[in-house]
Amino acid sequence: MKVLMFGWEFPPHISGGLGTACYGLVKGLAYHNQDIIFVVPKLWGDEEPLADFVNASDISIDYRERKFKKIWKNLTYLEVSSFLVPYLGPEEYQKFTDYAIHDRTDVDESIFTTKYEFSGKYGKNLMEEVSRYALTGAQIARDRSDFEIIHAHDWLSFPAGIAAKEISGKPLIAHVHATEYDRSGESVNKPVYDIERAGMHAADHILAVSQLTKNTIVKRYGIPAEKVSVLHNAVLDASIIKSKYEKKVPEKIVTFLGRITFQKGPEYFVEAAKKVLDRDPNVRFVMAGSGDLLNRMIDRVAELRMASRFHFTGFLKGDDVDHMYAISDVYVMPSVSEPFGISPLEAVRHNTPVIISKQSGVAEVLINAIKVDFWDIDAMADAIFALLHYKGISQMFKELGSQELKKLKWEHVAAKLVTVYEKTLSTRP
Amino acid sequence: MRTICFYFQVHQPYRIKPYRFFDIGEDHYYWDDFSNRTIIRKVAQKCYLPMNALLLELIQRYQGKFKVTFSLSGTFLDQMEAYAPDVLESFQRLVATGQVELLNETYGHALASLKSKAEFTDMVQKHQEKISRLFNGYTPKVFRNTELIYSDKIGEMVADMGYEAILTEGAKHILGWKSPNYVYHNSLNPKLKVLLKNFRLSDDIAFRFSNKTWEDYPLTTDKFINWINAIPKEEQTLNLFMDYETFGEHQWAETGIFEFMRALPESVFKHSDFSFSTPSEIISQVSPVGAIHVPTPISWADEERDLTAWLGNDLQDEAFDRLYELEDQVKKINDPDIQRDWKYLQTSDHFYYMCTKFFSDGSVHEYFSPYDTPYDAFINYMNVLSDFVLRVKEKVKEVEKV
Repeated sequence: MKVLMFGWEFPPHISGGLGTACYGLVKGLAYHNQDIIFVVPKLWGDEEPLADFVNASDISIDYRERKFKKIWKNLTYLEVSSFLVPYLGPEEYQKFTDYAIHDRTDVDESIFTTKYEFSGKYGKNLMEEVSRYALTGAQIARDRSDFEIIHAHDWLSFPAGIAAKEISGKPLIAHVHATEYDRSGESVNKPVYDIERAGMHAADHILAVSQLTKNTIVKRYGIPAEKVSVLHNAVLDASIIKSKYEKKVPEKIVTFLGRITFQKGPEYFVEAAKKVLDRDPNVRFVMAGSGDLLNRMIDRVAELRMASRFHFTGFLKGDDVDHMYAISDVYVMPSVSEPFGISPLEAVRHNTPVIISKQSGVAEVLINAIKVDFWDIDAMADAIFALLHYKGISQMFKELGSQELKKLKWEHVAAKLVTVYEKTLSTRP
Repeated sequence: MRTICFYFQVHQPYRIKPYRFFDIGEDHYYWDDFSNRTIIRKVAQKCYLPMNALLLELIQRYQGKFKVTFSLSGTFLDQMEAYAPDVLESFQRLVATGQVELLNETYGHALASLKSKAEFTDMVQKHQEKISRLFNGYTPKVFRNTELIYSDKIGEMVADMGYEAILTEGAKHILGWKSPNYVYHNSLNPKLKVLLKNFRLSDDIAFRFSNKTWEDYPLTTDKFINWINAIPKEEQTLNLFMDYETFGEHQWAETGIFEFMRALPESVFKHSDFSFSTPSEIISQVSPVGAIHVPTPISWADEERDLTAWLGNDLQDEAFDRLYELEDQVKKINDPDIQRDWKYLQTSDHFYYMCTKFFSDGSVHEYFSPYDTPYDAFINYMNVLSDFVLRVKEKVKEVEKV
C-alpha cells in the first residue's frame, strides 16, 4: 500500500516524542513492505532512507488552482494567534523564536507560484507554518496521485491532511499523539483545539496512542467511539542497556526526567519526595529537565528545606540522559495527563524500576510497574519507599519489566496499522 | 577638630564554577579559577593599581596629613597572592607609609556573626593572622563586619574580642533625629565605639558621581567642600565609607573620579577646617556622645539597610542553614582543603546572588551576579554544598576511627 504521510519532524532532528514515534512507525511499516511518502516541513538531508521523503520547502504552490484559494482563505485567519506556542515553555520559546526570526524566509516569489521555506520548528510563526504546510500538502496531493491513503500526525499536520484529502479524494487517517487537553489542562488554546477537532471530524478514521487518549477524543471532541482505534507506541530497541557510568554518591537516587510543566506533574514528585525524606533522609531526589514550572519547584524545595537532598540538573541532552537513567534506583513519571509517555520504557531498559501515574497511556502496556494516581502523593511516597527498601519487589519489576519490553515492537504496531488502513479503504462508500 | 574618615572596603569573593549534579561526589574543586583571575586582573588594571598609586602620591605630597583606611577581606588577599602580587605589593607599600589603617573582619567576608559566635571569632582570628603575616606584623584595633552588618549583640562580641571600635551604616531608621557625624558607643558594652557612615555624602561619591540625571551632576570638589562646610560646627567626624571599586570600576576613569580624588585633599585643606583621620585616631581624640541602639541587625545594602540582600527568602535561608549545620563537624577536621572551602563557601556574595528582590534593588544585584537568575545561583551553590557535605562526612569518619 502507498501511504502519503504528513509529519512535523523526523529523527535525528526532533524536539519531542512525535518524531520518535513517527520514526518507529515508518520503520515498522517498511518492515511490512509498505510504501510511504513522508512529508516534513523541512528536511535536513540526514534522515534514514526508510521512506520517500518530501521536503515541503521544495514544493511550489500554484495559486491558480481554485481549491487552493479556498484552503488558504480558510486557514489564514490562524495567523492572528501566531504567538501561540503549543509545546514549549518560555525559555525554549525564546530560543525558537530567535531561530524563526533569523531563518524564516519567503523565497522564490513569482507571479503564480510560491515556495515557502519552513523552519520546521515550533515557534512564533508556527501557525503560519501550519497554514502554509496545508497548502503544500494540497500541492503534493495533486502532483503525486499514486498514493491510496493519507495519514497525518497530530494537529500540526492535520490541515495538510485535510487539504490533501480535499484535492485527491483519498481517505484520511488522523493520528493523535497528544491533545490540547493533555498539554494545557482545562485552559485550552482555542485555535489549536479547533484544528484538532476539524482534523478528527474530517478524518475517515482516527488513531489514538492509548485508551486514555481515545477517551479524551470521544469525550472532548465529539467523535463516535467506533471511529477511533487505539494504537500504542512501541520501543525501537528493547535491549537492556548496561551502562558503565557509575553513581558517585552513596545514597539511592529517585528521578523525575521530563519537561517541568503542568502536564508532567512535577509538584507531586516534590511533595512525595518530602514525605520520603521525612522517613529516610538517605535518599537523593533529582528533577532533570527544564520548563516553565522549574523556578516554582526550586522555591518549593527550598521552602520544604530539602535542597541538600533534592537536586536539579537543568535540561539534559545526549549521554547525560542515559547517565541519569543509569544511576537512578527508582524512576517516577507523575504525569497529570500523558497520552503515552515513552520515558518509563527507557528507564526499564536501564533496569530501573518505575512508578507511573494511572493517567498515562504507557500504564496500559506496562503491567509490571507501580501505578498510582498522579495526585496521590501518599501512595507515591509509599511506592518510592518500598522500591528503595524492599529488594524483592524492585528485583521482580526489573526482571519482568525487561521481558515486557521485548513484546513492544514497532513491527507489531505497524501490522495493526496495516489492518486499519485496509479496513478504512474497504469501508469507504 | 573636625575630620574626614575615608574607609574603603576591598573584597572579592571566590566565584563558584558551573558545577553540575553529575559532579557531586566526583569533582571536589569548586572555584572558577578562570573567571576569578580574569576579574581580579581587570579590576586590578582599572581600580586597584591606579588608585593605590594615586593614594600613595597624595600621602607623600601631604606628609602625614592625608590618611585612608582599608578593610581587605581574606578572600581578596588570597586572590591577590594568587593572581595579583603586584597589587598586594602596592597595598603593602601604602601600609608602610604609616598613614594607612587596616581593619579586621571575617576572613571569608562571611555572615557568621549572625549565626555562630564560635565561627565568627574563629574567622576573625584567621583574618588577624593573615593581616599580620602579609603586613609585617600589623595588628588592627578597629573592626568592620561584612557589609557593615551590625547589631548591639554583634558589637558586644566584637568588644569581647578586644576591639576598640566598629564601623557601621548610619541607617536612618536607627538614627532617627540623630546625626551620623558623631562618635557613639555600643549599648551593651560602652567600651566599644561605633563610627557611622554618612550615607548621603558617601553615596554622592560612590553611587551618584557619574549619574547625569542627578541634579547636582557633575560633582566638583568646590561643591563637595560647600556641602561639608554646611555641616553644623559641633559635628566633628565625617565618615565616608565606600567600596574601593568605586574608583575606576563602578565609576570609570572617564567620569573623572580619579581627578576628583586627586584634587579633594587640597580643597579640604584650603577651604575647610576639616582634616583627615583614621578610625583609631578619631576614637582616641573624640569622646562618644552616647549609646546607639541597634536591636536588629543593619547593613549598608539596598534601600532597606537590612539583611534582606543575603537572607530571608527560602533559597537563601535553606542554603544558609544547610551550610552552618556543618560547623561542628568541620571543626573536627584538620584538612587544609576542607578548611579553605568552608571559608570560601561562607562568603556573603553567594547568598547575595540568590536574592529575589527583583523590583527594587534587583538591578544592582544583577550587575554583581555571575548568574542569570537567583535560581541558577541556588542550584549551583547547593550542588557544590552537597559535595562538600559528602567530603565532610567522609573526613569525620576518618577522624573518629583514629
